[in-house]
This record gives sequence, structure tokens and C-alpha cells, in this order.
Amino acid sequence: MERPTLAVFKLASCDGCQLTLLDCEDELLALAGRIEIAHFLEASSAVTSGPYDLALVEGSVTTPADAERVREIRAQSRFLVTIGACATAGGIQALRNFADVEEFTRTVYARPDYIDTLATSTPVAAHVAVDFELRGCPIDRGQLLEVITAFLAGRKPDVPNHSVCFACKRRGTVCVTVAHGTPCLGPVTHAGCGAICPAYGRGCYGCFGPSGSANLPALIPLLHRDGLDDRATERFLRTFNATAFAETASAGTAATQTAATRTGEET
Amino acid sequence: MAGSTATAVLDRNGLDALVKELTAQGRTVVGPTVRDGAVVLAELASADRLPWGWGTRVEAGRYRLVPREDGAVFAHTAGPQSWKAFLHPQREQLWSADRGSDGSLSIVEERADPASYAFLGVRPCDLRAIAVQDRVLTGGRFQDSGYAARRTGAFLIAAECTEPGATCFCVSMGSGPAADTGFDLALTEVVDDAGHRFFARAGSTAGAEVLSGLPHRPPDPGTEAAAHDAVEAARDRMGRAMPPVSLRDLMGESLEASRWDDVAARCLTCGNCTMVCPTCFCTTTEDVTDLTGDHAERWQRWDSCFDLDFSHLHGGPVRATPRSRYRQWLTHKLSTWYEQFGSSGCVGCGRCITWCPVGIDITEEAAALHDELAARLRQEEENDEGGGDDRKEPER
Repeated sequence: MERPTLAVFKLASCDGCQLTLLDCEDELLALAGRIEIAHFLEASSAVTSGPYDLALVEGSVTTPADAERVREIRAQSRFLVTIGACATAGGIQALRNFADVEEFTRTVYARPDYIDTLATSTPVAAHVAVDFELRGCPIDRGQLLEVITAFLAGRKPDVPNHSVCFACKRRGTVCVTVAHGTPCLGPVTHAGCGAICPAYGRGCYGCFGPSGSANLPALIPLLHRDGLDDRATERFLRTFNATAFAETASAGTAATQTAATRTGEET
Repeated sequence: MAGSTATAVLDRNGLDALVKELTAQGRTVVGPTVRDGAVVLAELASADRLPWGWGTRVEAGRYRLVPREDGAVFAHTAGPQSWKAFLHPQREQLWSADRGSDGSLSIVEERADPASYAFLGVRPCDLRAIAVQDRVLTGGRFQDSGYAARRTGAFLIAAECTEPGATCFCVSMGSGPAADTGFDLALTEVVDDAGHRFFARAGSTAGAEVLSGLPHRPPDPGTEAAAHDAVEAARDRMGRAMPPVSLRDLMGESLEASRWDDVAARCLTCGNCTMVCPTCFCTTTEDVTDLTGDHAERWQRWDSCFDLDFSHLHGGPVRATPRSRYRQWLTHKLSTWYEQFGSSGCVGCGRCITWCPVGIDITEEAAALHDELAARLRQEEENDEGGGDDRKEPER
């Protein structure tokens, strides 16, 4: 049986998510037995040309060249999976979306005219169709293997989109908000990390972005109660998934308003 | 009961001996202990690990440990876990399958050997919750064999409630603060001028046998009366109560209440209430394959009606809005549970109130639904009296 081919691509990102693939040390040989790693520059300079059966794309689109390249990647890929907060939400570099990029370039660079960049950092899905988005900053090793394994088996990956609270309760972590008064984004954040931060007594930083059903407006008063003023709350939400949480904040309000005008739905 | 003891008075040495004896019987002793700013349930190596001198101060969405001068050990309210974490664990393997080189499939049931548990310090509300899960998981046609195996062998030591918290409402659910049945031993803690001691009652032959082997005093009227009074006093100190109406009927009449929109605006849909609830039992299955594709496993794991995927059918979730999911949880817990399992699904432990990050209060929601229904019925009555062409449909 001919092995399906795997390609790993990178746009604007730190490489941490594709490094997660190399971190699959115990599984790498088995993986290489089942899939032909055809394009993975972080691991090997030997490259096989496309098309590819499975493409993993890391990073966000921040330049006109990226925007063009991501269309080429899509054209070469049968099944395209974006990996990590940059590729799925624009990443930390999407902070530019809230500011004036021209002003940055004028301030930072001696020759701003050398800089060819877009005004925004956007997720891959804003440019091309994406078959699956794997969240996280960085992604979780187990979830990456699950996505690849599911692809090989032709099934849906088991990647729940519920809140981090599910993971805290399942592993028996004491709620840091309820028991300690620690600001935590867990109730609105997509599970997948295994709730690492609360397990060490820290609030969730929202690395995996909004959950499938995030009611951010309901959480904001709690963050205020636990010591975050408006400015600190904004900073708390503006990290790796800044634009996704910003969209959730406005969508959440809209959803609440919609719900308030509804009189009934399913029986 | 020959050679056994029905009632006795134990002191701290008696509790130490109890843990030692149960451990010597090969049991895994689980009980309350302090970890990370809360009283959690964990395996106990000795009675020293119990939360001696720790109480709790709780409110909706808030939990704090507070030291107690009296050194009491069972003076805390419900923590973030319940006994279901052991009887109905969050993840459990059901079976595995392997494909042989000739393409044949072999399927093996995978059940870990059940631990022989002894639960020390089970509150009366939680005894009731275990009885509810017994009916759900072993009472019908489809039995959870893993649960049944763990449950059958479990030795339950109740601790009657003498220090209810601000979120407790077991009295209004008829499930506390006294332990009546469903235990092997029941302890009632007494701390007064006569000392720190436990009035112990056996609830089974096994319990009586264990009790007789512990260092103990015969029951004295003073301790028995003090124990009784402490539990009776707790009955009057519940922090909350459900509205004194048929909650089953109330929910049935409230399916289109506007209150669901109100609570949906506050609800994070984070799922905490269902995870901490001692009766919520829902699970999903997880099929795991390895990279070779020749080995598969099926696992059962906790799920929640607050998870969008919980009601995902072809094309999407049936309960897409927070409103529909909260309503599903509350109406099932308080109403349709009767149709399904013959009782309420709520025991009044207060966990869902305490451990909801935004402090949504099940008793407050029920009361608001009751008020809304009462107002609607009044309106309908007035309309009926008015008669004629002025009749309008009630606001829904």
C-alpha cells in the first residue's frame, strides 16, 4: 500500500507547533511507517514535490506573499489542517489588528519602505478553505497524533470543543477561580491542553482560544471581581488568540440578545 | 448481632484504627483531605490525612477553607468532587480490538479489576446521590458493569451533617442532614466539654463487625443526645431551600418561561455544574485507534449536556443555545428524572451552586421559575374573570 504523503508548511509563526510533531519521539517511527513525510523543512531539507495528501499549516497570513503562498499550499493539499493559534486565530501577531501598522513601521524601522506587510494578521481559514483547525499555543502533542491517526483511519478526530473546566474537573483540579479568586479564562477557553495551568494553581491564559460555546460577557464581571480592571482584562484577553476572543466578546453579546428575543426552539 | 456492635463511641484513636482495619482488609480507603485550598476526596494512608480543624465558608461561586479552633474533622461542606469520581470514574476503558495479520478481528472486554473501596465521611446527601446513581447505572435493563462491580464491594462510612454550608439545601430535597439507610457505619461528630468523639452506628453486618473490632466505648446517653441534637440543629441551619412546591410539576409548566433567557445570559456553559453534581452520570464514548490502524480501543468518559457535541446529530447540535442546554439540565434534574428513574435527580448538596464560577443558584432559578409561573397563573385567572373579548394569551 502506498503511504499517504504529509507536508508541513509554515507562515508567520514561531515554529513551536511543527516542533510538536518532532516531539512525538516515541511515535515518529510508527508515523513514518504509515505516512511519507514529503515536505517538512524543520526536520529535513529533502523535499518531495506535491500534491500532498495531508498538509499541516502553521502560522498566520501577515504579508501579501503569505496570502499568495497559502493559496498555493491549498491547491497542493488534499486535506489541509491548520495547527496552532497563529494559523487558527492570527496568533499574537494579530495584536496589530487593533493598532496602526504604518505607525509601527515608521517608529521601529529606519527604512519603513523596506517593510512589505499587511495591516492585519489573519488565520489561514480567512484565505482558503480549511478541513480542520487544531487549536493551541502550542498545539497538544496527543491531539496532533489524534488528528493524524484519524486522518489515516478516515474518521473524525476526537477533539472536543468544550471548555477547559471539563478537563479541570475530570483531572480533579480544584477550581482556581471559585476556591482562590484567581482570574481564569478556563470557562470560555477551548479544551485540549489538559488544563495544565490550573493544575499548577494558575488561571487559564486562553492559549486554545474560545471554546465552542464561550459566553465571554458573562465572565468579564468575574475577572473584574478578581482584581483585573478594564485595561488588565483587555490585556488578559489579548494574547495568542486576541482576535478570536475579541470576536467572541461581540458575538457573545449578540447571541445573548438573540436568545433574549427568542421564545422557544426545539421541542 | 452476636459478636458485633450496633452502636459505640469512638475517639480519634478509633478513627485511626478504622482506617487501619479497612486498609488491612485490602480496601482502598478514600476520604476527605485538604489539597490546594479545598477539601478534596483522595486515597487516605491514615486518618491523619483527614481535614482535622478545617471548615469551609461557601457562597454561590465561592469556596474558602477556614481553620476551626475545635479541631472538628467533618465540619466541611461539599468539595469539588463527589464519590462518583471513584464509583463512576471520568474515563474508563470498555474494550479493545485487534486486527490480525489474516484480517481477523478479535475484541476483548477491558475492565480493570475493581478496587475494593471504603468511603470514609460520606454525607447523607451523598449517600442519597449514590443511591440515585445505583438506580441510574444498575437499576434498569442496561447496566454499567464497571460501576456495579465497584459499588457492590464498597464499604460506606457516613458522616452525618452537623455543619451545613450556605449553599446546602438537603432538607428541602428530603436527603439530610441525618443518615438513615445505605451505609455500613454512620458517624456523628461531637465536640463539647466532654471531648472530641464520634457516635457510631452500624448499618450492616459488615459495619457491626468492623465496629466491634475498633477501640471504642459503649454508647453513653450524653454522647448520643449530643449527636442527635447536633444533627437536628443542622436541619434548621441550611443556607438555602428549594421552593416548597412540586418541582416536577413546576418544571413541566415552565418549558417556555422567560427565566431561561435570563439564566442563559449568565451561564458560561462551562459544564462545571454537571461535573461536580454527584448524580449527573452522562458519558460519551471515545474510539481510539493507533497509528498502525490495527488496534482500536473504546473508552467511556464523562460528558455533559452543556457540551455542544452532547446533542450533536447529523448536521449539528439539537440544543444549540445556552438557553436550551441549561433548561435541559434543570428540567431533567428536577422533573423528567422522575419519569426516567423514579426520583428527583437533585439531593441538595449545593455543589452546583458553590462551584459554578458565576454562582448560578439552582434554588434561586427554581424560585424564579415558580414566581413566573405563579404570576402567569394569576394573569390567566384574571383574564378568565374578565371574560369577553379582552382575553389574551398569557405572556410566555
